[in-house]
Amino acid sequence: MSEKVLMKGNEAIAEAAILAGCRHYFGYPITPQTEIAAYMAKRMPKIGGTFLQAESEIAAINMVYGVASAGKRVMTSSSSPGISLKGEGISYLAGTDLPAVIVNAQRGGPGLGGIQPSQSDYFQATRGGGHGDYHIIVLAPSSVQEMAQLTIKAFELADEYLMPAMILADGTTGQMMEPVSFDFEIKEPPAKPWATTGTKGERRHNIANSLYLDPEKLERINNERFARYEIIKEKEQLAEEYLTEDAEIVVTGFGIAARIARNAVDEARAQGIKAGLIRPITLWPFPDKVYKKALKTAKRFISVELSMGQMIEDVKLATECKVPVSLCYRVGGMIPTPAQVLEAIKQAAKEVK
Amino acid sequence: MAVVFDRPHALLDVPFHYCPGCTHGIVHRLVAEVIDELGIEGKTVGIAPVGCSVMAYDYFACDMIEAAHGRAPAVATGVKRAYPNDLIVFTYQGDGDLASIGTAETVHAAARNENITVIFINNAIYGMTGGQMAPTSLPGQVTQTSPYGRDPKACGYPVKICEMLSELEGPEYLERVTVNSVKNVMNAKKAIKKAFQNQIDGKGFSLIEVVSSCPTNWGMTPKDALKWIDDHMLPYYPLGVYKDRSAGIDKFAKKEG
Ligand SMILES: Cc1ncc(C[n+]2csc(CCOP(=O)(O)OP(=O)(O)O)c2C)c(N)n1
Ligand code: SF4
Ligand SMILES: [Mg+2]
Repeated sequence: MSEKVLMKGNEAIAEAAILAGCRHYFGYPITPQTEIAAYMAKRMPKIGGTFLQAESEIAAINMVYGVASAGKRVMTSSSSPGISLKGEGISYLAGTDLPAVIVNAQRGGPGLGGIQPSQSDYFQATRGGGHGDYHIIVLAPSSVQEMAQLTIKAFELADEYLMPAMILADGTTGQMMEPVSFDFEIKEPPAKPWATTGTKGERRHNIANSLYLDPEKLERINNERFARYEIIKEKEQLAEEYLTEDAEIVVTGFGIAARIARNAVDEARAQGIKAGLIRPITLWPFPDKVYKKALKTAKRFISVELSMGQMIEDVKLATECKVPVSLCYRVGGMIPTPAQVLEAIKQAAKEVK
Repeated sequence: MAVVFDRPHALLDVPFHYCPGCTHGIVHRLVAEVIDELGIEGKTVGIAPVGCSVMAYDYFACDMIEAAHGRAPAVATGVKRAYPNDLIVFTYQGDGDLASIGTAETVHAAARNENITVIFINNAIYGMTGGQMAPTSLPGQVTQTSPYGRDPKACGYPVKICEMLSELEGPEYLERVTVNSVKNVMNAKKAIKKAFQNQIDGKGFSLIEVVSSCPTNWGMTPKDALKWIDDHMLPYYPLGVYKDRSAGIDKFAKKEG
């Protein structure tokens, strides 16, 4: 049974978080993610949860740090400039091995930039965003249904691997309305014996901390964390492959870019070009396996992005630059059209002939 | 022989790293004694700052969290909101932490009357980083980054946290104490105990500012440093209750009335 409701992407994230057992949300107003805060402000008081409008994104992410230390599921959301402010806090979460979910509804940058959709925080998200050696799990929904589904997955992965997870959305996916089903099976969160919930006189104190003044110890902790990252890279890659089995021109893009690229791929096929699409769903870990697989037939990759070309670097790494990778992009809040992508596919098809 | 001076249970048997004569140790002890006396160790979570007391998480026997520089009140807010009825949450912060980089978090936790306890160590210096000018350094005070003495024309005036927060309607209890004599230590303990009791009673935000010394970076013997508190700090930072809403000491209410 899966009754569908018509919802905005941002609202689907909020409802899914509540379904996942998140009862604590901290945010600060910024376009284009405000619907998440508004939804939480309405719902949380009714279900005994906390909605708190913090004094800044810095405060919000540190409130998240507090709830995460205490072992409860917690979320914050923002858009690009606000995510920059959260950078230190996200680094602390990673350095303390704490689970939390962060939503970035990206807007154009740098600086104050604009309020229209963008994907130009790809580097920030997939490389960690703050200081130090670390990663966070990055999930990229491209439909309202996925906004909900990946939010639940973000909570589960964060808890499983003890690290922050980010929903990397954008203005478009947040604002668009589509039917969505919330018929999810929610797993019980794992036990958190490390949480700072009071010793109750029964155990030695728990400490949530990222400070290690002994360099040998800090090195060891970093190595252990990266060993965990290797497991995640092995087990958690997710991508959608569309018409890639025989594709010579492989278009690739995430989120909103993938929806546009898919239209262009259909049109290219109609015109007799062997085009296909790879849509990464996990941006970290980057799904390099499907790119390697596509190399069997691919003569060219085209990375479609709402940025000056960020994911393209990971595509080149995944394919070890064995075939050329070109970029098809718009920035500043502008969105590539299917026609623009189709043009790029036709150009590539001509070149590989 | 009767033991008259024992380590409080809420302090672990770990040697402090603090310099000889540093008042951080005294205040740790007072907080631990209060936790013992109120019987709350098992349900207390402390938040350590970035500053000389960063390693407070190793010293207190209750659960501990190490916060980013200045963000302890926000972290405390998260913990308290997660377990409003089950946990007692305190922060322990220096002046750079609480009154400079973390001013916004301090002010807004107070404005929300967040039900937490804040222990504020005002030693008029950035101790941990080696003695730079703090938001609370006195006019004329020589530090590493005010080598000719703090010139208010160039770097402004010290921030008086209790006075400033007392203008807010939010907070429950604000008191400034010091620990440079036995009598003052006793008063400080009374204030700290009340700040925890307020939280137990659900009264809200309590902040105790402890005028403290940093003999190392003040370039003084511990004894001279305690005297310097009397001669220089207290005239600028008068001791006393700045707000106690339940007891009717409320600047805000007076203004309204
Ligand atoms: C974001 C950030 N900025 C700066 C520092 C460096 N830092 C460490 S401790 C400190 C000052 C602490 O002074 P205070 O809060 O007065 O505590 P005290 O050492 O005097 O007890 C600074 C600036 C840091 N760790 N993080
Ligand atoms: S530097 Fe100052 S504040 Fe820090 S431990 Fe030494 S005396 Fe105390
Ligand atoms: Mg200080």
